Amino acid sequence: MSAYDYSRKEFAAVFAELQKTYQIYGPKRFAGRGRFSDTDLIRYAPLASLDELELAEKSSLSPKSLVFPADETIFHFNDHEFSQPQLKENGEIIVLLRPCDINGIARLDKMFLENGDQADPYYQRRRQRLHFFMIECRESFENCFCVSMKSNTTDNYEVALRFAGDRVAAQVKDHRYAGLFGQKGRAGSFSPEFVSGNDKQVELPTVETMPAEMFNHKMWEEYDSRCIACGRCNTSCVTCSCFSTVDLFYADSRQCGERRRVWDGCHLDGFSDMAGGHSFRKNKGERMRFKTFHKIYDFRKRFGFDMCVGCGRCDDVCPEYISFSSCINKLSRTLKGGSDK
Amino acid sequence: MSGNPYQPFPVKITKIVSESDVEFTMTVDASLDMVPGQFFQISLPKIGEAPISISNYGKNWLQFTIRAVGRLTGAIQNLRVGENLFIRGPYGHGFPVEKLANSDLIIVAGGSGVAPVRPLISQIVAGTLPVKSLKLITGFKSKESILFTEDIQAWEQKCDMTLTIDKPQEGWTGDTGLVTEHIRRLKLDLPDNYQVIVVGPPVMMKFATAEFRLLGIPVENIWVSFERLMSCGLGKCGHCKIDSTYICVDGPVMNLSHAATLID
Repeated sequence: MSAYDYSRKEFAAVFAELQKTYQIYGPKRFAGRGRFSDTDLIRYAPLASLDELELAEKSSLSPKSLVFPADETIFHFNDHEFSQPQLKENGEIIVLLRPCDINGIARLDKMFLENGDQADPYYQRRRQRLHFFMIECRESFENCFCVSMKSNTTDNYEVALRFAGDRVAAQVKDHRYAGLFGQKGRAGSFSPEFVSGNDKQVELPTVETMPAEMFNHKMWEEYDSRCIACGRCNTSCVTCSCFSTVDLFYADSRQCGERRRVWDGCHLDGFSDMAGGHSFRKNKGERMRFKTFHKIYDFRKRFGFDMCVGCGRCDDVCPEYISFSSCINKLSRTLKGGSDK
Repeated sequence: MSGNPYQPFPVKITKIVSESDVEFTMTVDASLDMVPGQFFQISLPKIGEAPISISNYGKNWLQFTIRAVGRLTGAIQNLRVGENLFIRGPYGHGFPVEKLANSDLIIVAGGSGVAPVRPLISQIVAGTLPVKSLKLITGFKSKESILFTEDIQAWEQKCDMTLTIDKPQEGWTGDTGLVTEHIRRLKLDLPDNYQVIVVGPPVMMKFATAEFRLLGIPVENIWVSFERLMSCGLGKCGHCKIDSTYICVDGPVMNLSHAATLID
């Protein structure tokens, strides 16, 4: 492990050098593309230069689309044959991301690579191209509660970076970058720090088995009317991994088509509908309960740690101002016999 | 990408038998290892994919009994003998055959829930899966909705069987009433010795298993099979998750001691 210091200009040269071998993804600002007029959209995208890296605000979409795109063709078909689409670009990718998102992708790894004992090949072929460059995150954004979720720290990165005004510091854990990083910088002593406190804190339920009465508790009724089943919490979440498959065929060649998988979410209508009319969780409150338990209770039973990483994006994007952190606290209070208000 | 688990393979349809107004049994050519209670993801490219349980199988063939109630199943109904169906699988945990062998077994199945237990019953009556005794209770809504008529006639010769329809109907001289009423009438000397399988709509399974508990059957001896929406069958898509259980990989057949704790 080694550490280096740079001026921003010097580091821009390292960045440019890395781009010769890797595509670099990071949070990028798209001016005027936000949900409201005159607001910007920040999402993960290929960065043309270091200047495009957005550090002042949280990205409203997570980096999960790098491993699990919103829409992915799983095969093409014609009358007799299936064919697997190749990835357009198969090169390696450096992704600049914060500890919560690194931990978020570790949760996706559990689902896509381990659950059911069979690795998902579409996820795997994208995942194996990624190299994590951690953006040091010392101060919390609005709605973050990563410390409560223990996802504020990680050592799952190859390089850690601190961006401080005109200075950039790097800690290089993977020796493959040592030459390049050492060549352009001065030896330093940087070691990343992590957020140690958020304004928002959650108290997690400690029960090993959720009492049956909590499934139909009246605390969920609030969400019956408040949630509008838009699914933004699901799409913005770095750990939401549900999908549906859809088939389509081409208008000009009706024997040919493709099967795609597209993001789906437990808040959306139709998520549990079966042919013949059976359906589960018709009420929005039941969907909120299902998601909440998954994120902070039953995922842990299966994998040993909580699914939610406390990035707070669900709260950032909810058009009905539902606060997931408040919901977790309300659940824990209720479990302890306190008020659900 | 070799061995892609999402890619189905074509199987030739060799026989189609209409079971009722909306249900039909399709036989396809396939030589695969499977266990009663498992399922396949069945698809038609351009239309879509859905999980369907195995309704019987042999060395070189496999059957699915399908209710044509949706877009995909409606399109499958239009296929003819000689055409291809696309499948992948088998998936999931089937019935615990080792525990059931040489047991006193009771099987209760309602409506299309008879399909997943049919291979099990076939193996028992054929003697390839020997049991000490078999009591079978099958329930249907009406006489028109009775499935597997030929099989049922054969089963009646080989085991203690009750075939009931929900309500009395003109032209029906057999048993009537919900399966729960018939479970209640069972005389079981040593309830601990029985293994019980219940498969049917969620409400039926809930009340039928409750009746068996009242008869003193230990919860560990009761097995149920769940049906849920699935897009993958591989433990990835999330549709069939209930609590920390994925029906596709942990089920669809589960012991009641676990299944009873699951709240959708």
